[in-house]
Amino acid sequence: MRTLKFLLQKEFKQIFRNKALLPLIFIAPVVQLLILPLASDYEIKNINISIVDHDHSVYSQQLVSKITASGYFQLADYSPSFQEAFNQIEKDKSDLILEIPQGFERNLVRENEEKLFVAMNAINGVKASLGGAYLTQIISTHNNDIRMKWSQQSKFKPSPKIEVTTSNWFNPLLNYQFFMVPGILVVLVTMIGAYMCALNIVKEKEVGTIEQINVTPIKKYQFVLGKLLPFWVIGLFIFSFGLFVVAHLVYGIVPVGNLFLLYGYLAIYLVAILGLGLLISTFSDTQQQAMSITFFFIMIFILMSGLFTSIDSMPEWAYIIAKCSPVTYFIEVVRMVILKGSGFADIKNHFLIMMGFATLLNGLAILNYRKTS
Amino acid sequence: MKKQVDKSLVIKAEKLTKRFGDFIAVNEVTFEVCAGEIFGFLGANGAGKTTAMKMLCGLSTPTSGNAAIAGFDIYKQPEQIKKSIGYMSQKFSLYEDLTVIENIQFFGGIYGLSDKQLKGKSDELIETLGLKNETKKLVSSLPLGWKQKLAFSVAVLHEPKIVFLDEPTGGVDPVTRRQFWDLIYQASDRGITIFVTTHYMDEAEYCNRISIMVDGVIKALDTPINLKKAYSTNSMDEVFYKLARGAERSG
Repeated sequence: MRTLKFLLQKEFKQIFRNKALLPLIFIAPVVQLLILPLASDYEIKNINISIVDHDHSVYSQQLVSKITASGYFQLADYSPSFQEAFNQIEKDKSDLILEIPQGFERNLVRENEEKLFVAMNAINGVKASLGGAYLTQIISTHNNDIRMKWSQQSKFKPSPKIEVTTSNWFNPLLNYQFFMVPGILVVLVTMIGAYMCALNIVKEKEVGTIEQINVTPIKKYQFVLGKLLPFWVIGLFIFSFGLFVVAHLVYGIVPVGNLFLLYGYLAIYLVAILGLGLLISTFSDTQQQAMSITFFFIMIFILMSGLFTSIDSMPEWAYIIAKCSPVTYFIEVVRMVILKGSGFADIKNHFLIMMGFATLLNGLAILNYRKTS
Repeated sequence: MKKQVDKSLVIKAEKLTKRFGDFIAVNEVTFEVCAGEIFGFLGANGAGKTTAMKMLCGLSTPTSGNAAIAGFDIYKQPEQIKKSIGYMSQKFSLYEDLTVIENIQFFGGIYGLSDKQLKGKSDELIETLGLKNETKKLVSSLPLGWKQKLAFSVAVLHEPKIVFLDEPTGGVDPVTRRQFWDLIYQASDRGITIFVTTHYMDEAEYCNRISIMVDGVIKALDTPINLKKAYSTNSMDEVFYKLARGAERSG
């Protein structure tokens, strides 16, 4: 116990004396939480549209103003021909072309139908398909308005319709930040935990102090605990700071679920992630090696974690990889507990799996860490 | 348990061997060191000194052979050995980002000294080293000679039976080396056995007995005077050249 006290004292002194590390611990969570959610917002806005209106009628004008008033589209240009509009796409000034044929209004009224042409730049598939979907919706609303006008006049044959009303649970305003911020918090804790732990131990190897430690009667578990505990505390601190200060004040996120449950999971998760850092440190002799290996794992873990994309839509083999990453489970838990208020019964399996990760990673690390060579 | 170990012997190595693949770094080394001795462990670069020392300290597991340190078997009782030895490596190994006093407290603490002992020991140590005004300075700001003296004092803080010094005085001037050896003599007077590797032949003269290692084997082991006599020369330099000239490996 006394040995551990001395180890912890030393570790905290070194961490708080490190001029490069300390700002990282305090500033990184704030900056990342402020910037990243904006970058990972999937709502598509500001789609540039080129309109080729061959009709110049009241209806075509109404349609154009509806499109520009929707807030999703910006009128890039109003070309006289499709060819000119297409030039705009080639120059990347425009994402979408809507071509309104001549006789649009006349045919709509007289023939009861008319065709419009929409061309999309599909290099960014999400933008193109969402843009197309928005546009189609605006056009069909416009269409309905016209139909209403005409059917009111004729006062018969109300068209049968199924009306669907959706109700958004847990995030009623579909605020994307509610979804992203807790996830980014997980990424932060993961990166800082794994990197700091791995680099700290490898630094002792590089400088040679670990040899001095290895000739002392310090036990393996004391050394490992002395290394893990400080970063465990820092991880808890960063998470709390991010959740209660940044997420709460800036994004107005208030955890719905039980905080003890959330922190219980965080505590186990940190042990697992620090175990990963520890394991990496046993394989590396230099900080550069540790950095590269950690980068490799963290990169895969984060991209496969379901932070940005749903893991359910991944192919089977990728889904399996995603399920092998501890980050995946914590992101699920954080979203479930903070946003949905899930209880212990809902995340029981997540608990078991994370305990498995913690045991496995730390077990391997301790097996692989040797005082003698 | 183990066979009876002579009380006066603190290091007993029998055919100690370390291989790295095909390379035999240390080849069946056998020697004994008595309590209170200053034992010089000489050899050219790459002769296997550091490897041999690391096996004795428990940092490296021998491929074969036996050794007992302070009466404890290196295979079976490594933890007891660690309590009875001090070690100062070639790489100067205090924490550069801790202050002088923090280093002393840390290493004293992990060797299990009580708060009272720690207080007394560190005051005494700072007094002897004349570091009174430097106690709150980071070790990284000290000159190399002081770092070495501090590292040695920290290595013997817990009053070990044996202290292993691996080229402790590399890179400092003769005056500082002389001061360093004063510290070694003081420790020796307190009954601590000194096991030291060095490249400096003047330092070899300070030792009670020396061994000279060439290509992983001990070629000579005796007092400096006897060695000079045996090789009919009056300088240790000559003795060393005569032995080391035949070396096939070199650093």
